[in-house]
Amino acid sequence: MTLVAGPDLAGSRGAGPSRPARRTGRMRGLWEASPLTYITLIVGLVLSIFPVYWMIIVATRGNDIVGDVPPPMLPGGELGSNLSEVFAAEEAYFAKGLVNSAIVASAVTVSTVLFATMAGFAFAKLRFRGKNALLLTVIATMMIPVQMGIIPLYIMMGWFGWQGELQSVILPFLITGFGVFMMRQYTQQAVPDELIEAARVDGCSTFRIYWSVVLPALRPAAGVLALLTFMQTWNEFMWPLAALTPENPTVQLSIRQLNGAYFQDYTLVFAGTTVATLPLLIVFVIFSRQIIGGIMEGAVKA
Amino acid sequence: MGLDVRPAPTRRRAKAGASAPPPDRGARARLSRLDIKISPYLLISPFYLVFAVFGAFPLLFTLWMSLRDRELASGKDEFIGLRNYTELLGDSAFLNAVVNTLGMFVIATVPQLLLALLLANALNRRLRGSTLFRVGMMMPLITSTVAVAVVFTQLFDTDFGLVNWLLGLVGVDPIAWQSDRWWSWVAISVMVDWRWTGYNALIYLAAMQAIPKDLYEAAAIDGASRRRQFWQITVPMLRPTILFTAIVSTIGGLQLFTEPVLFDNGDTDGGSTGQFQTVAMYMFDSAFSNDDYGYGAAVAWMIFLLIIVFSLVNFMFIRRMGGVR
Repeated sequence: MTLVAGPDLAGSRGAGPSRPARRTGRMRGLWEASPLTYITLIVGLVLSIFPVYWMIIVATRGNDIVGDVPPPMLPGGELGSNLSEVFAAEEAYFAKGLVNSAIVASAVTVSTVLFATMAGFAFAKLRFRGKNALLLTVIATMMIPVQMGIIPLYIMMGWFGWQGELQSVILPFLITGFGVFMMRQYTQQAVPDELIEAARVDGCSTFRIYWSVVLPALRPAAGVLALLTFMQTWNEFMWPLAALTPENPTVQLSIRQLNGAYFQDYTLVFAGTTVATLPLLIVFVIFSRQIIGGIMEGAVKA
Repeated sequence: MGLDVRPAPTRRRAKAGASAPPPDRGARARLSRLDIKISPYLLISPFYLVFAVFGAFPLLFTLWMSLRDRELASGKDEFIGLRNYTELLGDSAFLNAVVNTLGMFVIATVPQLLLALLLANALNRRLRGSTLFRVGMMMPLITSTVAVAVVFTQLFDTDFGLVNWLLGLVGVDPIAWQSDRWWSWVAISVMVDWRWTGYNALIYLAAMQAIPKDLYEAAAIDGASRRRQFWQITVPMLRPTILFTAIVSTIGGLQLFTEPVLFDNGDTDGGSTGQFQTVAMYMFDSAFSNDDYGYGAAVAWMIFLLIIVFSLVNFMFIRRMGGVR
């Protein structure tokens, strides 16, 4: 019975014969989203967005809403005064936190991308002794939890006299095994061997090839790595909490301090979290396709 | 012009008394051979230099320190062998933290991966607005964990929280999200799920798109329902990916720190009775609050061991899963 039903499925569904999808769509109905699918996805979408939406709404309200049940779902006009209070709050050092986070995240991003593309190029395209073993150690570094380093790094920063200084949260993050691995995968497929050979014949040194041939070809993937690294560094919490002081925080530490001081008046705290999140949200909305593509690509290869 | 330059190095070499006179091109060829030999190492060296100082050395340093009684404030530092570890095994606060971490890990990870599978399966259909759905589901990953934790802590407020208000609408009594052990685990797990479900869904989606469509067509011809196709084709084909996400979630889950800390208004003791203190919080507490860095280092190694053990457990579990093929 099933065997008979098969061939004539497309016809019996009356799938639009003029649509180009028909060419591949002998079993078109199989891939068509059902109403239940849409309901699942819409629920997922609402749940994903709601907390961020609510954070922004509360950030625009005065503290008279604290305790209001049900809480407001539409924006008010207090964002400006909330923000000026956040920036004025002595406990939080909010402006300093923002500047510090920008410095730390930029420095980490530049170096991660630079070193990851360099090493990725070497692992993908160059021949040298011990390559496979070395690549394996790169992958192994991805398994080590951050927490293993917190206590010794704290003590090391004391040796160097960097306790509470920004370099203590920059230097340990200058490289990532993930970045090297991602760039290796991408270089393999994005840079043809012939291109490198041609450059060599023209007399380019290896570094020259990296800089003028490989790096430009890696731009899309390097951009994704840069965005992911920036976001991750911007959002980092545990190590800065150990390494920095309340007077010289990153923006995430500022929020914690705001939260500790104002948790009854959470409109202020939410104004702070909104400011700390908004730059990333904007960047993400602009580059979301590339970021999602990068994550999905990395996933298939992993 | 090049002709003028070339002889120079040859002459210098001759003066130095080199017996083998290298031809004109020799120097350059040697240089380029050197370049080919050395440059790969130069290109990868920054990674290994930084890793050696800030990755490998701290790892060994933690191990060495975990064998010592080390305090920074008093300057005390002496070798005590495995005493930190034996003490840990009888330390009820540590065992409590382990139970909390594992409990939250399970109630966060299992629904998260199941939901992600469900969402990915939905996204894998022919859809209108698929980009919108994908972008929306990635939104949580962009929001910092600190912001997420602050917002959710408010949502889960016992007296004024939105969650209890909604529950009240359907006649459920207010839940003490902070003080009750089980419910605090649930609240924290919800934060973790919220952040990571969409990310895992995207990873599953990527893997699903690589499954050959003829498999489904053949199954449909044989009369398999969509649900049956999902369990008999999609899930088994995704096993490597599920393993990958399970191990990543294990590594993340056993290090759980930011969410419970913020849920506790920024403290690391995990509520009044430590009802939601995780192992990572206990490590932080031991080292930085109690000035017992050796003990904290031992806790760090226990976290590492837990991660290894549970990654292996996952590995074996998922290898068996769907073994009926």
